[in-house]
Amino acid sequence: MSNSTATRPGMRQRPLSPHLQVYRLIPTMVMSIVHRITGAALYVGTLLVAWWLIAAATSESYFEFVNGLYGSWFGRLVLFGYTWALLHHMLGGLRHLVWDTGTAMGKETSTKLAWATIAGSVTLTVLVWIAGYMARGG
Amino acid sequence: MSDMRTPLAKVRGLGSAKDGTDTFWRQRLTAIANIPLLLFFVGLLIALNGAGYDEVRATLGNPFVSLVLVLVLVSGLVHMRIGMKEIIEDYIHDEGIKIALVVLNTFFAFAIGVACVFALLKIAFGG
Ligand code: HEM
Repeated sequence: MSNSTATRPGMRQRPLSPHLQVYRLIPTMVMSIVHRITGAALYVGTLLVAWWLIAAATSESYFEFVNGLYGSWFGRLVLFGYTWALLHHMLGGLRHLVWDTGTAMGKETSTKLAWATIAGSVTLTVLVWIAGYMARGG
Repeated sequence: MSDMRTPLAKVRGLGSAKDGTDTFWRQRLTAIANIPLLLFFVGLLIALNGAGYDEVRATLGNPFVSLVLVLVLVSGLVHMRIGMKEIIEDYIHDEGIKIALVVLNTFFAFAIGVACVFALLKIAFGG
């Protein structure tokens, strides 16, 4: 990083502002990054939603094929991850909306919120899956 | 002080891109709408877990379910398109690549939306 700032010959070296790696990782930072990652994961996940809807609109055999993939252990793993990403992003987004009102921005409060987001999203994801299995047992 | 804007421009507050805080606001609006809409979607999937072809189609063909799912799709896709545009603008600094990705981002959101809504309509109208 020391000599990468002079891009043109004769240009004086300029100090850079400290970059990400000089900071100690704290919960609120992690949650901010995870909010972005889950947002991007959900973006890709819309393909799964689309595929499922298209399959249901196409034919019984094609639907069974896609349904079978989603119901395989790997499919379930991906859908479990998708559920978590959605619920985590939802709680994280809720936190952003609260911040937009200018409240709960203090250091202690936002750290507590960060922990609550992760704990809440994991708990909710497990509950959703339990509910899913109880609905039909399959 | 040395504000070059006309009083009208100042009042409108739309800035040089002519759309002011629209994108920011729309991202919040869709975020709020997404909460009940995606909870509905999750609930629907819980109810349909393990259901067969006929039952899934009967449920998706229900007018209420169908309509709410269209709202889920529109709100979710508008939201995700803005979010991804922001991510692209944050990390991609080559102007050409950035514009290409922003265009592809919009194409992706529209393609998913059109495909999903068409599938829902086909099921709803019994095709
Ligand atoms: C379920 C309810 C949801 C809520 C409450 C929510 C809320 C939010 C909020 C408040 C932001 C802005 C964050 C910021 O300003 O840094 C955001 C960003 C984003 N959201 Fe959502 N969202 C939801 C669902 C979704 C869904 C379903 C998708 C994708 C299909 C999605 C994709 C994104 C993306 C890609 C971003 C940009 C991330 C970033 O800039 O770091 N969101 N969301």
